[in-house]
Amino acid sequence: MAIPYFPGCTLSTKANGYDRSGRAVAQALGLEFQELDEWQCCGATFPLATDNAMALIAPTRLLRQAQEAGGQVTTLCAVCFHVLRRTQNFLQGHPDALERINWFTEEPYLGNVRVTHFLELLRDQLTWENLRAKVAQPLKGLRVAPYYGCLLLRPQSEICLDDPDDPHILHDCLAALGCEVITFPYQSECCGSYLAVNKPEVPQQLAQDILASAQRHGAQAIVTACPLCQYNLDYPQQSVSGWALKPLPVLYFTQLMAVALGLPGEVWGMEEHIVDPLPLFAPYGATVA
Amino acid sequence: MRTKLSLQTVRGEFVNRIETISGQSLLACNQCGKCSAGCPVAFSMDILPNQVIRMAQLGMEDVLQAQTIWTCAACLTCVSRCPKGIDLPRVMEALRQIYMERFGNVLDADQIAPEQAAEMPQLAIIGGFRKYSV
Repeated sequence: MAIPYFPGCTLSTKANGYDRSGRAVAQALGLEFQELDEWQCCGATFPLATDNAMALIAPTRLLRQAQEAGGQVTTLCAVCFHVLRRTQNFLQGHPDALERINWFTEEPYLGNVRVTHFLELLRDQLTWENLRAKVAQPLKGLRVAPYYGCLLLRPQSEICLDDPDDPHILHDCLAALGCEVITFPYQSECCGSYLAVNKPEVPQQLAQDILASAQRHGAQAIVTACPLCQYNLDYPQQSVSGWALKPLPVLYFTQLMAVALGLPGEVWGMEEHIVDPLPLFAPYGATVA
Repeated sequence: MRTKLSLQTVRGEFVNRIETISGQSLLACNQCGKCSAGCPVAFSMDILPNQVIRMAQLGMEDVLQAQTIWTCAACLTCVSRCPKGIDLPRVMEALRQIYMERFGNVLDADQIAPEQAAEMPQLAIIGGFRKYSV
């Protein structure tokens, strides 16, 4: 049964590798994605001002589009997930705000859509044991550090995905693929997010700390669920010198899944990465060609 | 530098506005500092997050001139740590909104170089405009 899927603006373009690998993995696991017929950008931030109803219009409209598609929606982008989950949570607790937004959009949203992140579907619907059973190429000995970032976990009371101080959902996913999972202290430290736009020195410093910590703990690669985290950790590695660390590939969890499930190279989506991850997989006989 | 504190400023219009927009009770903060201790971008700030709340509590409008409110990345670590459950990201957002209402937007489309816009995930640019413009 196809699951309504919202790719978001970034996965449809700049982070296309995440989308491609995610769809292929979902299909291979019997959790096939059905992209929403109509969608628009979620807005990339959940409005923190109590009187900002305008910023809720786009995500509410998305929830309505999911309502039309069957009543649930899943996403890969941690930012889209965060916005949709918190919007749904807010609308359920503030029926007056929902009424006002519905009056404005003239497209009534009833307030009952279930928002999930793909990791939740893997954990709860497929289960890690079933994932492990489907792995064609266990990545034994590959030391991977899951990097959770911020929006997948916080605020705990609204997101309810995992323990924000001791998360393990990505750990479990990677362990099911056969990887040696590395826990490192910077696993949920912010990458700097949108500060990349006008204060790029801040994400650069944060990236240095995060990557250095992962390397000190023996990681060969970092795995993430957010296209902005991927960019903030991967992109600066090309131009910053004197970091005293070796280049560390930054992958989406779906890309590692695609390799482990034995899916063909064209769905791995690794062409745009600054630090080339392909050499990691050669020892397993897994190549793009 | 002389700082004037009075009942007019501590329970005045400015504080009222911050509390309305953020939905937070500023006086709930007892200055424990856990927010500042956990803030990943504190190294880059001119005043610390707990100092921002302190200035806001005292109705000190100079807090609007701090770089801190623009360096906040809304990572939500502070709100996870606060033992009083104060949503500091919402207070930061309120301060940004008040600043922009008075002084205009902080980010202009012209400030983003085309090469940068071409490489960066668009969600970063959208997020930037959401935070730095009204």
